[in-house]
Amino acid sequence: MTPTITGRSLVDEEPGPDGRPPLSGDRASTGRLGDRVFSGLSRGAGLLVVGIVALVGTFLVVQAVPALLNNNVNFFTSREWVPSGTEPRFGILDMFWATLVTSIIAMLVAVPLGVAVALFLTQYAPSWLRGPAAATIDLLAAVPSIVYGFWGLTIAGQYFTPFQQALSKVFGWLPVFEDAGVSAKSTLAFAGLILAIMILPIITAISREVFQQVPTAHKEGALALGATQWEMIRTAVLPFGRPGVISASMLGLGRALGETLAVVILLSGLNSTTGWSWSFFNGGSTFASRIASGASEFDSPQKTGAYIAAGLMLFVLTFAVNAIARIVIERRKAFTE
Amino acid sequence: MSTVQLETSTTSPPQTPRRPELASKSSSRAAKDLLARVVMWVAFVIAVVPLVWILGATLLKGGQMLLESQWWTNSQAGITPRRVGGGAAHAIQGTLLLALVTAVISVPIGVFTAIYLVEYGRGRLARLVSFMVDILTGIPSIVAALFIYALWVSTMGLQRVPFAVTLALVILMIPTVVRSTEEMLKLVPNELREASYALGVPKWKTILKVVLPTAFSGIITGILLGLARVMGETAPLIILGPYTKVIASDLFGGLMATLPSMINNDRGESLQPAVDRVWGAALTLILLIFALNLLGRLIGRFSKVKS
Repeated sequence: MTPTITGRSLVDEEPGPDGRPPLSGDRASTGRLGDRVFSGLSRGAGLLVVGIVALVGTFLVVQAVPALLNNNVNFFTSREWVPSGTEPRFGILDMFWATLVTSIIAMLVAVPLGVAVALFLTQYAPSWLRGPAAATIDLLAAVPSIVYGFWGLTIAGQYFTPFQQALSKVFGWLPVFEDAGVSAKSTLAFAGLILAIMILPIITAISREVFQQVPTAHKEGALALGATQWEMIRTAVLPFGRPGVISASMLGLGRALGETLAVVILLSGLNSTTGWSWSFFNGGSTFASRIASGASEFDSPQKTGAYIAAGLMLFVLTFAVNAIARIVIERRKAFTE
Repeated sequence: MSTVQLETSTTSPPQTPRRPELASKSSSRAAKDLLARVVMWVAFVIAVVPLVWILGATLLKGGQMLLESQWWTNSQAGITPRRVGGGAAHAIQGTLLLALVTAVISVPIGVFTAIYLVEYGRGRLARLVSFMVDILTGIPSIVAALFIYALWVSTMGLQRVPFAVTLALVILMIPTVVRSTEEMLKLVPNELREASYALGVPKWKTILKVVLPTAFSGIITGILLGLARVMGETAPLIILGPYTKVIASDLFGGLMATLPSMINNDRGESLQPAVDRVWGAALTLILLIFALNLLGRLIGRFSKVKS
């Protein structure tokens, strides 16, 4: 066993002279000016981080509330978005749907694929390929989202058209696959696919890390019992890595929910004649894309407030997702230590 | 829980004494194993396709622009979408300048927060800070931008200036710096700290002169990776930093161009010169980010903390 390494020193655990309590945390300082300043600075930086998150929440709430009070329809159940004028009417239902659909499609594609790639990198790839392959996947994370969006719209989108047509031809009787008359590169489904490509490196990187930590004894035990490699993965690697994969997926989900530019570029607005439908092959606006497209019209507090209210909902959503991810990681720590 | 189905030999014992035979894989198990192997390889290939495709397309369509010297020296001043020519100097300079200012603000905050988490913080406050860093990691860039808008423009009544963009980027960069610095500080062996304490060196000097230098290269790596992340962010620019075609360096007044906002400005154009410039800007941005990533990884590899 290697000792767990923390910044804590043995000094922190020994009782001081005269039976003073053990030095811990700040009390390990000498109490001199330098020590007080330095610990004050680092504590201040920590508090600043807490403060920033608190401020983000507060400011969004404070600016959103007046606009929400002026709203003439229910914020949560309305599909309208007319944030200005004397009788503003705005609701988030459509945005919620679009955000949910694109993120879920992204997750359905990226999680299995990401886990499979992580398994490939840790279990299957020949050792000469592992390093370069992992670096290549990491490079995907370095491509800015606006480039993904532009690439999707101008190059990759046309290749999605036949898939979409085939799906709506065969499964068109299902409302979610109904043809909504939107060009294939501007649909929720395609935006979800592009999001999947974008969150794939995140999911792969974290899953790879956990899969690497699977104790060799577990793996060799399974193999010694006669398991094939796949059975070894199923019985030793996957159960061990499950919490890691879950938290990786949550982080990916958080990214997908808030992704802005790729979605702005790809998604077309709702068709004005047919309007909203259950179809994944329809257009729409996610929270982020509506805010970004509306950025040029932040002219009155009322209008800005409406967009900030939408931003607040997005903040709450990602906060919840990240908090859940964090709790899952914490429980895994408690479990493995 | 699923357990491994062990194949037991059900065939009658062989007539002649032979070497004991190990249970052989049934064909269905072997087939599943093979299938899994194929699936993993295919998954990897599928994951690599978009990367190669994007890089190839960007190189093919934008490479030509980068070979012209005016791309690196000229701005877009006076260039319309119809006209060929001009460069991205204004956007490159803006991107680097904003990145530099962002780093200058967020690195001290991030490093000190990491020092707090590793060296000082215990108990509830430390857990709260650590939790908030995680929340900050997940804040969408558009929410960070909206927050700065609410603070800077709505509440303080100021103009949308490049500095407001850097504030939004700082929020996005801090958590990356904290997490990577924290990992590095944890790797510094305790013996170093104890040796320093034993010599009577105060804690703050120990951190400053022993712990931080030991972890220095790792911290630099984290900073470069964090920078690579914020340089490609576009959402804060849309909300807080309108595009301009000329070279500008005033952080507190006027407009400033960056590569993402240059792409965003011209992406709707259908005229060929503008489309070429979009791809050129995309390639320049990708190369910049790759360079930072690579540099970060190299520094990280060649000077690891030896534990």
